[in-house]
Amino acid sequence: MHAAFSLLVALSGVAVLYIFLGADFLAATQLLVYVGGILILVLFGVLMTHNIGAVTVNLNTGQIVLGTLTSLLVLGSLGLILYRNVWFRHSDLPFEPTAYSIGESLMTTHLLPFELASVLLLAAMIGAVMIARKEG
Amino acid sequence: MNYLIISAVLLSCGVYTALTKTNAVRFLMGIELILNAAALNFVAFSRFSEGAFNGQLITIFIIIIAASEAVVALAIILNIFRFRQSINIDEAHTLKG
Repeated sequence: MHAAFSLLVALSGVAVLYIFLGADFLAATQLLVYVGGILILVLFGVLMTHNIGAVTVNLNTGQIVLGTLTSLLVLGSLGLILYRNVWFRHSDLPFEPTAYSIGESLMTTHLLPFELASVLLLAAMIGAVMIARKEG
Repeated sequence: MNYLIISAVLLSCGVYTALTKTNAVRFLMGIELILNAAALNFVAFSRFSEGAFNGQLITIFIIIIAASEAVVALAIILNIFRFRQSINIDEAHTLKG
């Protein structure tokens, strides 16, 4: 439960970072879809599957150690890559509203992923309704 | 470059959450963190390259795919909870030979 609220803060933080990077439409989309959609779903999942009473905390310490090791390995290798490279950075372009250009390229040059994404959403909706239906 | 560091930290937190937690909903939260880290990476690269919006377009599709995957995953988790009254992913091993 607290983890879901921390995830809310993390996702809003990513949306703010999108604004810093000049992606205003993307920040609004992230807030609407991720925080207002997926996070509400996750909260529903947390609340509906809440084990009242029997909270079996089987902390497998070997698992935690391996998980920490793997995540530190990922972070270490990424940090190595980041700090050894010479990052070629263009000068700061002025911020401009992106909604028009994104919409235009979605409708002209990136039409196929757009249609495929709508088919994917339809399939996901139908699949989710079919899976979570009560029997009979 | 700082954005890449942030995305790397988010990725490692997501990987830790996805590998360690036995709760299925926590696992899903870790996957969402990983996806967000990748999306942030894409947008950071698109900002610092000349005038192309490709990173932001890919991020829109990442958001769409993450939404549909979260929906289906939660439907499956609710179904498993209905049958077993527990969402410990270590206990859901009836398909194992």
